Amino acid sequence: MAKITFITTDNKTINLEGTSGSVMQLAVDNGVPGIDGDCGGVCSCATCHVHVAPEHVGKTGEASEIEEDMLDLNDYSNERSRLCCQLEISDALNGLVLQVAESD
Amino acid sequence: MKKSALPDPFEEARVNKGYGEMDDQNDPVTMILGLKDLRKCAHNWKTFQSGAEPGRIVIPSEVNIRDTRQIPFEVDPPEHKDFRALVEPWFKRPLEADYKAALTQQINDIVDEVLTKDSVEVVGEFSLRLQSRALTLLLNIPYEESETWISWGTHVFRSEGEALDGDKANILYDYIDERISKAIENPGSDLYSMLLAATVNGKKLTREEVKGVMILTFAGGRDTVINAVTNSIAYFAEHPESLDKLLGDPDITGKAVEELIRYFSPLTQMGRVATEDTQVCEYAIKEDTRISLCWASANRDAKVFENPNDVVLDRKINPHVAFGFSHHNCLGATHARQIMNILLTTLAKKVKSIDIIDYKENIEELGEFKRKVGYDNLTVKFHTR
Repeated sequence: MAKITFITTDNKTINLEGTSGSVMQLAVDNGVPGIDGDCGGVCSCATCHVHVAPEHVGKTGEASEIEEDMLDLNDYSNERSRLCCQLEISDALNGLVLQVAESD
Repeated sequence: MKKSALPDPFEEARVNKGYGEMDDQNDPVTMILGLKDLRKCAHNWKTFQSGAEPGRIVIPSEVNIRDTRQIPFEVDPPEHKDFRALVEPWFKRPLEADYKAALTQQINDIVDEVLTKDSVEVVGEFSLRLQSRALTLLLNIPYEESETWISWGTHVFRSEGEALDGDKANILYDYIDERISKAIENPGSDLYSMLLAATVNGKKLTREEVKGVMILTFAGGRDTVINAVTNSIAYFAEHPESLDKLLGDPDITGKAVEELIRYFSPLTQMGRVATEDTQVCEYAIKEDTRISLCWASANRDAKVFENPNDVVLDRKINPHVAFGFSHHNCLGATHARQIMNILLTTLAKKVKSIDIIDYKENIEELGEFKRKVGYDNLTVKFHTR
């Protein structure tokens, strides 16, 4: 079980709990605005872009090269960017805070 | 070579130099072949613009048959953002439960129908009809209207032996003009009426702008969807075990959709026009010449995809560009994904196997390359589960 908090682009806080699957799917299933997950989680669309809270970067680890390549060409990415379809829910993510990134 | 295989004609050029060349009506194209280079070019709208002369970024070029600018497709940022924001919610409607239920009913019906026949010509009798009927949902207009579009045949722009056919294009443009006039007289809850009532940047859309969105909607989703559906039938004919796999493990359906679309790449490429002298892969690109973003090549780039020429139905990481990349990614992708998702689910439930009886491949001539993009015709027999 992991409690995960999303902060939307208009600064609303959404607290969710999940046990398995991807963080993107948890967000989509619960209608988090700005997390679309168009490609279903295969790292093709970048519509699940989040910024990890600075103090939680250790929980999520680093993006893979393929994910990094997607983020490199995103106008709203920073050093704490992740595509949350690539974050698998586990106890290790408990307490994670994610800021939903802006998009065009 | 299996009948359903789509070979990659770009591999050697992609690996050795990163680009290819083709002429198109005396307006040559430098084709960008590698995934990383392509993504950079697609993202760099200032140097590689879409807002050139209407029709020029399409390959084969449509400058001689079209004056209307397709919107938001042939508009660059910053104007692009407002047009895209206007149409985006409408084109996300395929995610709504009612839309999905109606589309499921349509696909169930057509699959049930072809299961009763001794043979089916898939392009004309299945894919075109499925695509046209589904389009009535996207436009939110009566189902019966699909009969008109089906009567146009498989290609709005193309006909046998000719890359471009102005007369056929005019059928579509005249039709859209007439429908816009009707929507002005009698506004309803369809896409025409929504656009006619809409404002962007405080200004109402002009009739020409409404026409631009409608032409894009019709043209962008016709051959592409027809090829994706037809190629899927050919693939399942030669891989009945994949139907079993989808039936037994429906959770992989979304991944299977992405993988088939990567493998098929129903739109081979899309052009851009250089706004300055520049270079890609150390190759000089002159101002006011064209490059193309060759999605079909990038989607087989072995630097990114393991076993790129295999269909791996449950491929987990699949950063394909079959729906384009960056600002101009496919507006109709949600609709297309929903069609494919429901099609795969329905075929897996109802179809045991498919026999290919006859076929003729549709081969695009692209300068130094020849690419199979689908079929001119594909005759099969469906067997019920």
